[in-house]
Amino acid sequence: MKFTAYAAVSALALITGNAALAGPEAEVLHYWTSGGEAKSVAVLQQEFAANGGTWTDMPVAGGGGDAAMTALRARVLSGNAPTAVQLKGPAIQEWYEEGVLADISNVANTEGWDKVLPASIANHMKCEGTWCAAPVNVHRVDWIWANAEILAANGIEMPTTWDEFNAASEKLAAAGITPLAHGGQAWQDATVFEAVVLGIGGPEFFQKALVDLDPDTLTSDTMKAAFDQMRTLRGYVDSNFSGRDWNLATAMVMNGEAAFQIMGDWAKGEFLAAGKEPGKDFLCASTPGEGFLYNVDSFAMFEVDGDDKRAGQDLLAKLVVGPGFQETFNLNKGSIPARTDVGLDKFDSCAHLSAQDMNASSEGGSLLPSYAHGMALRGAQAGAITDVVTAHFNSDMSSADAVQMLSDAVANSY
Amino acid sequence: MSDWLETHLPKAVLAPSFIAIMLFVYGFIGWTAWVSFTRSKLLPRYELKGTVQYEKLFASPRWDTAMDNLFVFGTLFIVIAMLLGLLLAIFLDQKVRSEGVIRTIYLYPMALSMIVTGTAWKWILNPGLGLENMVRGWGFETFTFDWLVNPDFAIYTVVLAGVWQSSGFVMALFLAGLRSVDEEIIKAAQVDGIPTWRIYSAIIIPSMAPIFLSAFIVLAHLAIKSFDLVIALTGGGPGYSTDLPATYMYAMAFSRGDIGQAASSAMIMMMVVFAIVVPYLYSELRAKHD
Repeated sequence: MKFTAYAAVSALALITGNAALAGPEAEVLHYWTSGGEAKSVAVLQQEFAANGGTWTDMPVAGGGGDAAMTALRARVLSGNAPTAVQLKGPAIQEWYEEGVLADISNVANTEGWDKVLPASIANHMKCEGTWCAAPVNVHRVDWIWANAEILAANGIEMPTTWDEFNAASEKLAAAGITPLAHGGQAWQDATVFEAVVLGIGGPEFFQKALVDLDPDTLTSDTMKAAFDQMRTLRGYVDSNFSGRDWNLATAMVMNGEAAFQIMGDWAKGEFLAAGKEPGKDFLCASTPGEGFLYNVDSFAMFEVDGDDKRAGQDLLAKLVVGPGFQETFNLNKGSIPARTDVGLDKFDSCAHLSAQDMNASSEGGSLLPSYAHGMALRGAQAGAITDVVTAHFNSDMSSADAVQMLSDAVANSY
Repeated sequence: MSDWLETHLPKAVLAPSFIAIMLFVYGFIGWTAWVSFTRSKLLPRYELKGTVQYEKLFASPRWDTAMDNLFVFGTLFIVIAMLLGLLLAIFLDQKVRSEGVIRTIYLYPMALSMIVTGTAWKWILNPGLGLENMVRGWGFETFTFDWLVNPDFAIYTVVLAGVWQSSGFVMALFLAGLRSVDEEIIKAAQVDGIPTWRIYSAIIIPSMAPIFLSAFIVLAHLAIKSFDLVIALTGGGPGYSTDLPATYMYAMAFSRGDIGQAASSAMIMMMVVFAIVVPYLYSELRAKHD
């Protein structure tokens, strides 16, 4: 441990050496590196600079954030944590438990975050009562996207129950169209699965099964029914789905090779980038059933030394949740603002629907975290569930075996 | 002074690399072993918590699949690559014209990285893009070759790509072995009128035993640490049906934030390697003493 102490001391020396430079400073570790995302981050950088701050960008691409998390681990272990890190969901709490997160409650209280953020989203940003992270956006996960032309040609309405969805799919399959565009990657299987669980079991069941991990709920008949529906869906994907990327599946809907896709609202970005119009070329609706599964990106603030860095954290937190940034950023990203008091005039019809549903479900208690996107559970538990879901979807495992495996895997993951 | 130098200089020169190896190889093996007995999650923690990680590991169906796959993949990969390599070497040994060119062609896959091999085979084996689609395009509408997307067969596509990559290298090893057999013995056998296949099976191949052992060791460690080929070819899928211990370890350490679990799987992988390498080293070292 001598070595760590020495490293900490020398890091401290470096930091205090720099303290002579005035103005807020922030080193920001994030993995928004693809086209639209990079543009969104540039907006934040400009605003930060316009407010007199110095921004040090630390983008780490790859692995859906895995590479960034590896970089973060190395930085924290060497006693030199970045100022702010793109983190989300229970990962924020996990890092808090390692004792490395900073408290930004003063900013949150001055800015009145409690009043403008939906309660369940605000809870993710708090660590034992203090604010430790700032939310950027809300992605909805339980979307179903459809090719408008195909539905019209086959006389199909957007399905509102899973039975309607199945009936529509049978009709499409008979007409020689792939009903469901899907990519056989574990996280995509999980995305479809949680939409099915929410639709078949309802919000309360979802909470008990995939958030609280109640063993009896995991092996219940409702869960079996959810796996039955997964088996039915398996019959609606084309034979070549294995390993396909999600955006290629979106392209299948766009090009009329497939009718539906179940995917979060980042898929909208693909449609819009291809010049398609919502409501005219493609349709968006929530997946059958009530409720709203959210995936919220946020910045967690790490414990750092030096007043200019702390000032940087406060400024960053203030800007990130500020209405101006929330609007511009989310227009670029395809999500909706996390705060509920931002005007949506510039947003498209799908975003309006999303915001409406978010407010309604927040009041009705059915605003739920997405398990497939790391909002509901910690990595080990979410991973254990995904293993079972993808094993079931890609084999002829029975639903009874699947629920048994599910509860075993969850019990084994702690 | 010069005496002192003579005795101590070699030690002094070797010391840095010796220390580096002690620290970075054995030191970190020890560290991993320690961590595998803790409940480390995102960051390593050092309080010992017993064998809980190993119990979790052996209760995990995904780890079972990974070990089964290692067994299937390892056995088939080693056996097929050795047989094919030996066969190619024997054919090339028949004093064929332009042997140099052919040898280079067979050896060439070795020059590709596993990522390239995996990606190329992924496209070839993809039912919608590759072989199946092409044969159907020729008019054989019922032709199916969907191993890549079939969870029961996907592991065999990994074997296929691995064998394609490595058998040329094994061929080169065997060819060198064939050339090193004493010409006199072969000529004597030919004079005695012994048929060629008997010469190979009774004289040449038995005298190449050390080469077999080397080839086996090289292929076995390739199989156990195999990671990039699976990632590029199947991504561990469909589902987790082509997971290998190395991909399991990676998933635990880097995607799931479960360092303790990853460490315990790494220890088991190391034990598997030891189970193969230690008998080899033992026999090698003993042979020298005789």
